Amino acid sequence: MAPPRRPQILIASDLKSGDVVFLGASGWERDHRLARVAHDATEAAAFEAFGKNEIEKNHVVDMYLAEVEIGPGGVPTPLHYREKMRVMGPSVRRDLGKQAEWASSEAAGEAI
Amino acid sequence: MGFLRSCGRGDMTAHDPNLPARPNAATTYLYDAYDRAFVRERVAEFRDQVQRRLSGGLTEDEFRPFRLMNGLYLQLHAYMLRVAIPYGTLTARQMRQLAFIADRWDKGYGHFTTRQNVQYNWPQLVDVPEILDALADVDMHAIQTSGNCIRNVTADQFAAVAADEIEDPRPTTEFLRQWSSAHSEFSFLPRKFKIAVTGAEHDRAAIKVHDIGLRIVKNGQGEIGYEVLVGGGLGRSPFIGKTIREFVPRADLLAYLEAIMRVYNRFGRRDNKYKARIKILVHETGIDEIRSQVEKEFASMDLTPFSYDAQEFARVAAFFADPPYESLPKTSAALEQAKRENADFSNFVDVNVSPHKIDGYAIVTVSLKPIGGIPGDATSDQMRVLADASEKFGFGELRVSHEQNIVLPHVKKDDLFALWRMLDDFGLATANAGLISDIIACPGLDYCALATARSIPIAQAISRRFASLERQREIGKLGVKISGCINACGHHHVGAIGILGLEKKGEESYQITVGGDPTLKASIGQRLGPGLRAEEVPDVIEHLIQFYLAERLKDESFIETWRRLGHERFKELARREGEDGSDI
Repeated sequence: MAPPRRPQILIASDLKSGDVVFLGASGWERDHRLARVAHDATEAAAFEAFGKNEIEKNHVVDMYLAEVEIGPGGVPTPLHYREKMRVMGPSVRRDLGKQAEWASSEAAGEAI
Repeated sequence: MGFLRSCGRGDMTAHDPNLPARPNAATTYLYDAYDRAFVRERVAEFRDQVQRRLSGGLTEDEFRPFRLMNGLYLQLHAYMLRVAIPYGTLTARQMRQLAFIADRWDKGYGHFTTRQNVQYNWPQLVDVPEILDALADVDMHAIQTSGNCIRNVTADQFAAVAADEIEDPRPTTEFLRQWSSAHSEFSFLPRKFKIAVTGAEHDRAAIKVHDIGLRIVKNGQGEIGYEVLVGGGLGRSPFIGKTIREFVPRADLLAYLEAIMRVYNRFGRRDNKYKARIKILVHETGIDEIRSQVEKEFASMDLTPFSYDAQEFARVAAFFADPPYESLPKTSAALEQAKRENADFSNFVDVNVSPHKIDGYAIVTVSLKPIGGIPGDATSDQMRVLADASEKFGFGELRVSHEQNIVLPHVKKDDLFALWRMLDDFGLATANAGLISDIIACPGLDYCALATARSIPIAQAISRRFASLERQREIGKLGVKISGCINACGHHHVGAIGILGLEKKGEESYQITVGGDPTLKASIGQRLGPGLRAEEVPDVIEHLIQFYLAERLKDESFIETWRRLGHERFKELARREGEDGSDI
């Protein structure tokens, strides 16, 4: 098995809601910043195996690995603009999608 | 709904032929008990399919064809539900229900599409059966808005009110809708199949770029029939439709279309989805051979199930009878005075108001393209205002155009100023219908899982660049159309200026085409040069416009100038500007 050129995260869509989810430390996360990162082919294969099992359990659909770069604090950011869109939400409606939830939670945090 | 095929010989309809059309309603088909039962059964069926999917009784591979046949996609951020709006006609009640659904199950808005449908971008799978029930409450559904079947049949948005019309295309379109709905033989075609109908001399339904285009015509004896075009389409391989028969009598229409569909179903390629549309079959086989096959099928088939029932056509047509227009003078003193007193209103009338067949009335196009806005999007509040406006000023009827705008088809000229004020309060009075900022754009990579680039931000940037309505009017009618991938949902091939978003070396890249035309003079745009970065696109459009303005003859449109000068002149301009540093 060829090693991945870059670190990867596992992306899928939640079956019930259609929401974009990421494999995290203890299951699916809605925030890519909590995604686990596969640093080599063995980890990537394990991620995929987990994802296939989750598809069979009818928890998620449309699962795949996406390459990321690792930023400050170990936060993964997708390399391709398509996946960048998926982790944020529509670029033309910043009030919608995950980006909107971040904005509201950060605003709430400031208020506290 | 599929009733034509469900009946026995000589009994063309399952509907009650004695049931009269409801008087004074919006001029559109109204469901009877048969139609309602059909839609409710489909909702119940899909509710069961969703339950089986969630409980593991169906795999995604098994479920996907079911959800697609009910208009449900899985997109980039969420599911997307596409709701059918047959021939683009809505009642006020239906529009209000679309607003209710947007608020109750989505995020407070909807996106009107180039096929006269509406899409919700955020529904949850578990809620979709409820949404379909809510649609059924107002005689609507999402059936066959996806999948390899005959899709929602579209028509001229000015149907029945245009001054240049031979006949309202919607009774024919409704006939086709009922024929094609749940048509068992054509539910698993090689690929999707799109039909458009026009009854006017000027084609506003883009019939030449549909799988089948129908044009209502009269023969030498004054009889109504149809010119039938086949094999048009956009997408990866664009083709202009070819006439397969110049005149099909009304009595033969369904049988003739059935023959075309049978030939396509039999010979259309299923080995390669990119070569599976009928346009490829027509292109590879040749129109003469296809015509021969269709005529052979038509001559040999049992025509009885498709025999023309004049009573049934009359029953359907009665639903589309004119509303109770008042007898009014041709001109309106109130309108002329308001125009004199309010320049913005005067601009709106000049640009967004079209002539009506009845004296004293006008057709109003409500642009869903505010400067810098998202083409085709309407908030739930805007939907309700449009519903209110249609009831107050237009017999409670609305139309969706394939240009992603809303049309109020029956407005008294005396009421135009009051309507404009009402629209203006909700950001619905942009006076740009048909102008450069009235841009068709698909959702692109902001929403669509198939997209290779964003299209909406490009539309917004062009709209802002040409924000001055005065300048837009100086430029005149000009169609800019943008697609976020080669599937061409944004009709870029037939834009006078077309823009196609692609991926190039991991970046979004945009190809410009010039010379496309969706009308009866249909033409496919030609590439201007290599791909551009997003931020370069408005500058290139600017150069094209400046060149056009410098070169045009009096009253010559952009496309006419392009045709007169030839594509090479525009390409030369692009090369020259590129040498000057704009990197075209």
